[in-house]
Amino acid sequence: MKRNLPLLLVFVFGVLGIIPFIIPHPAVQTTDEFLRNNLLKILAAFALILGLGSLLRVHMDKIRRKGQNWEYSWVLIGTFAITSIIGLFGGVSGTGILPTRIGNFAFDIWTIYFNVEVPLGAAMFALLSFFMASAAYRAFRARSAEATLLLTAAFIVMLGVLPLGNDISPHLPSFAQWIMDVPNVAGQRGILFGVALGMLATALKIILGIERSWLGGGGE
Amino acid sequence: MNISSDPWVWVSALFTIAIFSFLWRDNPFYKIAEHIFVGVANGWAVTFYWHNVLVPTLFDPLFRQGQLLFTIPFVIGMLYLTRFMPRVSWLVRIPIGISMGYYVGASIPAVSQALIIKQIQGTLLSPHNFQAWHAGSMGIVWSIILLIGVLCTLSYFYFSKEHKGILGTTSRIGIVFVMIGFGAAFGYTVMARISLLIGRIQYLLGPWLGIVD
Repeated sequence: MKRNLPLLLVFVFGVLGIIPFIIPHPAVQTTDEFLRNNLLKILAAFALILGLGSLLRVHMDKIRRKGQNWEYSWVLIGTFAITSIIGLFGGVSGTGILPTRIGNFAFDIWTIYFNVEVPLGAAMFALLSFFMASAAYRAFRARSAEATLLLTAAFIVMLGVLPLGNDISPHLPSFAQWIMDVPNVAGQRGILFGVALGMLATALKIILGIERSWLGGGGE
Repeated sequence: MNISSDPWVWVSALFTIAIFSFLWRDNPFYKIAEHIFVGVANGWAVTFYWHNVLVPTLFDPLFRQGQLLFTIPFVIGMLYLTRFMPRVSWLVRIPIGISMGYYVGASIPAVSQALIIKQIQGTLLSPHNFQAWHAGSMGIVWSIILLIGVLCTLSYFYFSKEHKGILGTTSRIGIVFVMIGFGAAFGYTVMARISLLIGRIQYLLGPWLGIVD
């Protein structure tokens, strides 16, 4: 029961996921619409609650045990609580029961998102450029013909999108574009075929109950 | 120099500097900004799912309009929370099985169509593909190079036979295409990150400090 019922559900819903692509009958399409737009969306929302529960539990445990850097867990929980309260009670566009404006100062969920989340995310990804540069220096030193090829392709593509590339030679940007369009696509497409076949094999293994690692180990 | 008086611009700028302070070393300012990032992201996700998913697709139809059919997704969704109850935690496998089963099933025709059939169509030597490059007669040459590149790359990843003879030659050609592909992808990713960096520096020098327009 504990294992067979979930495995049966995976099989049934796996088949229900395939059928709408094959049978265009309105009844099938309507059922699929209900599954997609209602059941699965709602389940995704509950999955988020589970994820948040786990996140908060980890940080509460850390605070209780006074683990390493436990003070920052309060920052996470605090900002999560403040943002959630503003978002839930202030509404998406600041039209909820909680006022999200004091004079000219607005603090609705979108203002917070665009002034906290977006710059933090952009700064974190921008930070990666420094680490990618230093990692590339260490990893891509032209030790072999293949590594030289990789380095050269990366260098040409980077130069090709810069104004400097056009200054060096007006043909450089179009050559960089050619690398992106022809040899790059050939290599990526070859890899993509392997990825696709791997995805299909994994999907079939899950639907047919051969792959069961998602069941987890506990509670036979 | 015309420093901004908008408190939100200051918040954005100080968080940006806090993140960049990691270049010096791991420090409390970076850690605070990092935890705020996670906290706000989750708070925003709660808001999004509550107002855009749970209320319009579940609570309104179920509790306001009395559509009892929605009891099913509600009960199945609640089973996710059994994960926190050790005695019945196995019930969490039911919503996971439903979601995973459906998406995995739907991925079979989608992957076959988008990643296999369409990719093969784009690789074949056809008049349509020759035109796709907008390169005149050279389109035929680019298509031939593409076809050879794809076949040789596939041969490189064929491990059921030792890479000797013809397979050795094709796999060596294949690795050339793979390396160019990795290099191009790397170069493109670096440039994307650099453009983000330029964007943040422009923000600090423009809207915050008012040094540049």
